[in-house]
Amino acid sequence: MIEAELGRCVASFHPGATGVTGAAKLSGGASQETWTFDIVHPNGNVGAILRRAPPGYGAAPGRAAGLDAEATLMQLAHDAGLPSPKVMHVLTPDDGLGRGFIMARVEGETIARKILRDEEFAAARPLLARQLGRVIAGIHGLPREKLPQLRSMSATREIEDLAREYHSFNWPRPVFELALRWLRDHDPGPSSEVTLVHGDFRHGNLIIGPDGVRAVLDWELAHFGDPMEDLGWICVNSWRFGEIDKPVGGFGTREDLFAGYAEAGRKPDADRVMFWEVMGTLRWGVMCCGMMQRFRAGPDHSMERAMIGRRASETEIDLLRLLAPRGK
Amino acid sequence: MQDEPTTTELIKAVADFLRSEITPAIKGHNAFKLRVGINALDLVTRQLALADAADATEAARLKQLLGADGTLMELNRALSEKIASGEVDLNTPGLREHLWQTTMDKLAVDQPNYASYKRELEQKG
Repeated sequence: MIEAELGRCVASFHPGATGVTGAAKLSGGASQETWTFDIVHPNGNVGAILRRAPPGYGAAPGRAAGLDAEATLMQLAHDAGLPSPKVMHVLTPDDGLGRGFIMARVEGETIARKILRDEEFAAARPLLARQLGRVIAGIHGLPREKLPQLRSMSATREIEDLAREYHSFNWPRPVFELALRWLRDHDPGPSSEVTLVHGDFRHGNLIIGPDGVRAVLDWELAHFGDPMEDLGWICVNSWRFGEIDKPVGGFGTREDLFAGYAEAGRKPDADRVMFWEVMGTLRWGVMCCGMMQRFRAGPDHSMERAMIGRRASETEIDLLRLLAPRGK
Repeated sequence: MQDEPTTTELIKAVADFLRSEITPAIKGHNAFKLRVGINALDLVTRQLALADAADATEAARLKQLLGADGTLMELNRALSEKIASGEVDLNTPGLREHLWQTTMDKLAVDQPNYASYKRELEQKG
């Protein structure tokens, strides 16, 4: 059914297109729908992705940048020469497809376990941390005057948001309390520089090929804030998928990440990055608890959501490893 | 008294059946969901085996730390409040050990294959 609507839609922006084929919903995006399809054209089919808001199911209120902003950011990144898909079309009400946009499909892998283990990516792995340092520096340097309206976030506000959300679960977690206390005691204060922050720069949102990073996806959590937040988030142990001695995504070192960041003309701040790594670890833990709550309240009463609640303890051991290492 | 087989034996039998007989026959997204379901059954089996003893030692440590009595929930609430207020911190004798032991006991049920947990087990052992 969606192929008929997509077929009409693509004809409006891709001259000569005669329809679409192979439309399939991709799993993985929790709060927004993503579809893959091919635009049928006499000169050869073109791979495309539809990203749209499914009816009645949005992101955490107040946090989502909005699909229009996502499209703008993705296009700006593309125009700046960063690895980012070209935006082909922003949906209009006439398309009958809801809100969202269509972008060029970038081939590659997003599944962390494959990126970290498959032979295909063996040559790329040692290069990724440095590459990603350059890429995220480019994102932080996108021209402010062209950016869409986004929420502003500071460390202090993020701590209070996390505390409020955690307390709303009404389930005591002494390790989370320890982390909140540590964050309050070590809050570095306002960043000297406020930039665009991607907000979810990690495995799953990065398309990787044998040659390295090919695209940064999912700008849903983009905001203005401390650029070191993105560097800390990609170091969170939950995104290392077992490769715990390689802090950047399970494939690289902080030194390489920082070197790439510096090569692109920006200055990393290791202490702030560590602060944001602790924040990010707690944030993922709180998100795990939140998914359990949503399982209980519905509408998504799935086993997967329920079981994610039992992953919060993973972040507790990681917080203890960061804040209260044993034998000290 | 309920009769045999035990809950653990029943759940294990179902999980083993799903793992060995059903898994090879399922493809695509449902194969992923099946794996999550089997993981959930395995988790329940571990909790049935481990939680009583872990809860008992956790409660004993909390009573010692707080010098108070109560249910596990009440004691954890009390400890959380004291950590939040700063009354208890990592310099408080026994806190670090308590948090570590409690967390290790949770991981033994939730995610015994989690790399950080395995690393901490090795280093302790």
